[in-house]
Amino acid sequence: MITTPNVLEAIRQHGADAYPEEGCGFLLGTVTDDGTNRVTTLHRAANRHAENRERRYELTADDYREADAAAHEQALDVVGTYHSHPDHPAAPSETDLAEAPFPGYTYVIVSVHDGTPKDLTAWSLAPDRSEFHRERITVESPETA
Amino acid sequence: MPTTEATTVTIRIPTPLRSATDGASTVEVKGTTVNDALRTLVDQYPELKDNLYNEDDELRRFVNIYVGDDDIRFGDGVETPLEGGDEVSIVPSIAGG
Repeated sequence: MITTPNVLEAIRQHGADAYPEEGCGFLLGTVTDDGTNRVTTLHRAANRHAENRERRYELTADDYREADAAAHEQALDVVGTYHSHPDHPAAPSETDLAEAPFPGYTYVIVSVHDGTPKDLTAWSLAPDRSEFHRERITVESPETA
Repeated sequence: MPTTEATTVTIRIPTPLRSATDGASTVEVKGTTVNDALRTLVDQYPELKDNLYNEDDELRRFVNIYVGDDDIRFGDGVETPLEGGDEVSIVPSIAGG
């Protein structure tokens, strides 16, 4: 994905704010001609999982529709999601793989240790849904992004 | 011949699936039920099929279908009837750990 320092900082901040629970939301932006997701802003959402929100997160269809509407108001699309891993590494869990929706989204994970955001990684789902591949994060200044 | 004009509906395609619809964010198809419309859609764009349907040929768990603002789960599911001009949205829900 291509993004800005502000977007990465906002994801880290949401991870810190949600600690010790998982924070989650949507990545809004555009898709470049070569299929790379360019993330220009976030849409924060609530973690809707009914219990164990320290280890699970959920974004409902209604959350998606709200994010989609917010994206369209800015002439953007939903191009991915993010969530935090409190006191766990910034790598997809088995649950993340089992529950991931479509290939083509960028899935960002930020690890948060003792309330402080640490590593931030981006992933894409293989077309056959068998695994995540690490996605390169290209950071541009806000003026050019 | 009865007119089929009345059952032309618009299906909204989520961003990552547009690579399978030649970039189109909406696709017009004919169908009298949600199932009709979605089957016509995947016939027209076969690459969509595995993203929408599982091995048992049922809609994947995270695939939610709305007709206008209504989730079909609270209607007749995939047998929810469609009227001409309806907007059908494919809406993912997302979870993880």
